[in-house]
Amino acid sequence: MRPRILILGGGTGGTLAANRLRKRCGETAQITVIDRDDRHVYQPGLLFVPFGLADPAKLVRPRRAQLHDGIEFRLAEVERIETADNTVLLSHGETVPYDVLVIASGASLLSGETEGLTGEGWRERMSTFYTLEGATALRDALRAFDHGRLVVNMVDLPVKCPVAPLEFCFLADWHFKQRGIRDRIQIEYVTSLDGAFTKATCNRELSGLLSGKGIDVITEFNTGEVDGAGGRLISWDDREVPFDLLVAIPLHGGAEFVGRSTGLGDELGFVLVDRGTLQATAASNVFAIGDATNVPTSKAGSVAHFEGETLVANIIRYLEGRELKPTFDGHTNCFIETGFHKALLIDFNYETEPLPGWFPEPRLGPLPLLRESRLNHIGKLAFEWIYWHVLLPGRPIPGISAQMRPGGKRLVAATMERSIR
Amino acid sequence: MTTTLETPVERDPEGFFVHPEQWTEAMAPDIARESGIGELTDRHWQVINFMRRAYLENGTAPSIRTLGKASGVPIKELYHLFPKGPAKLAAKIAGIPKPRGCI
Repeated sequence: MRPRILILGGGTGGTLAANRLRKRCGETAQITVIDRDDRHVYQPGLLFVPFGLADPAKLVRPRRAQLHDGIEFRLAEVERIETADNTVLLSHGETVPYDVLVIASGASLLSGETEGLTGEGWRERMSTFYTLEGATALRDALRAFDHGRLVVNMVDLPVKCPVAPLEFCFLADWHFKQRGIRDRIQIEYVTSLDGAFTKATCNRELSGLLSGKGIDVITEFNTGEVDGAGGRLISWDDREVPFDLLVAIPLHGGAEFVGRSTGLGDELGFVLVDRGTLQATAASNVFAIGDATNVPTSKAGSVAHFEGETLVANIIRYLEGRELKPTFDGHTNCFIETGFHKALLIDFNYETEPLPGWFPEPRLGPLPLLRESRLNHIGKLAFEWIYWHVLLPGRPIPGISAQMRPGGKRLVAATMERSIR
Repeated sequence: MTTTLETPVERDPEGFFVHPEQWTEAMAPDIARESGIGELTDRHWQVINFMRRAYLENGTAPSIRTLGKASGVPIKELYHLFPKGPAKLAAKIAGIPKPRGCI
């Protein structure tokens, strides 16, 4: 009998996993993708919506249309996974058996977990650009905003695309300068971290950019409560930050069904997996990909893409009874928009922090690492096409390997510093 | 660098242990005092032990949010026990590397 491969989630990770598996297995495996809706959002585009630089309607396509022929797509809510029985229980009571399960259910926003955040003023003077609705509400709020304090608050990690809050600050600075009202607006970045970014060299570069643009950074601020009516963030240790307009990046967690399934996830609902093989700790025939996992790297589309190769190879090895290989190295690659048609590019993995240099080719680039350039901005814009036409169909991106290449990176800085001062 | 503790151990510039296996329970009160915590109560120890266990199991130190959800001590109290930065301070006292957000 053909092995049944069941994939929960038709986002970036689930779609590219399904398409890669279909290519490798053809008719020899039965591949099914389950999602609760048929709306695939190009999430990197959300950042641009508040500034009128992207049309929200154009960021959404049907999930089904991104899947290759021969892959079954089903609309359903998942109740829980019974790893002992190799079944998934759907919320309408149906039980779906599997031989291999791939959890690709992403990360969810838990806005309600921060007291007051979804209270008075939500979607008006407080919003988030992490959803299509929120980003659209923020576009309207920004249009009307002409003086006062704009506060961008990353409540706590992990979050999807952890550089996006910084990109928002940079784009806001550019937006208000274009409108000629930058001097009437204070932009503050409030973070639970002890710097703008966790990795030393990159933190230095980004902190320099922030201060150069007159963006204030408040660190080690753990938001415990938001007072929408009074316009205040209140930390757990009773510090306060006033705001006129709040852009919140709410707490994230894994899919709720992960929490309802015994032994599968961590406290936040992310699937416990081996960081090299992507096999779940709970069961040998369960794997996870993308934002749904607990691997210690960024929650980003590039990560799901680089994980794809390891995931598919290990599923095949599992089905053939061979030993899995820990080939995923934590590779992450992100463009960071800095406004004025420029962007930075960072490339790193579990062991190597983002460093200056060239990408993808040493010396030749053409993209400079950890340095602002117009070419990086063009790269970021081009990525939308690559996302729909290369990444989701499960094709390799020419010249870019799944494992990080140390060549082209200047490694000096890394050995000099181990932590953020 | 080495510390004022009797047994020399390697710590990073911020005072976090580089080799968690060098830590012993007896060192905790000294590290706590360095960080301005006078006496370690049972509630402190509940957090310190949780922190160490979680690190040894997962290879990463828990965040404040995980501590609040899983250590049995609510976030508000964590800030009373370990003022300013509960996750960082508890990690330092528990002899494990600095908690890092994953970016």
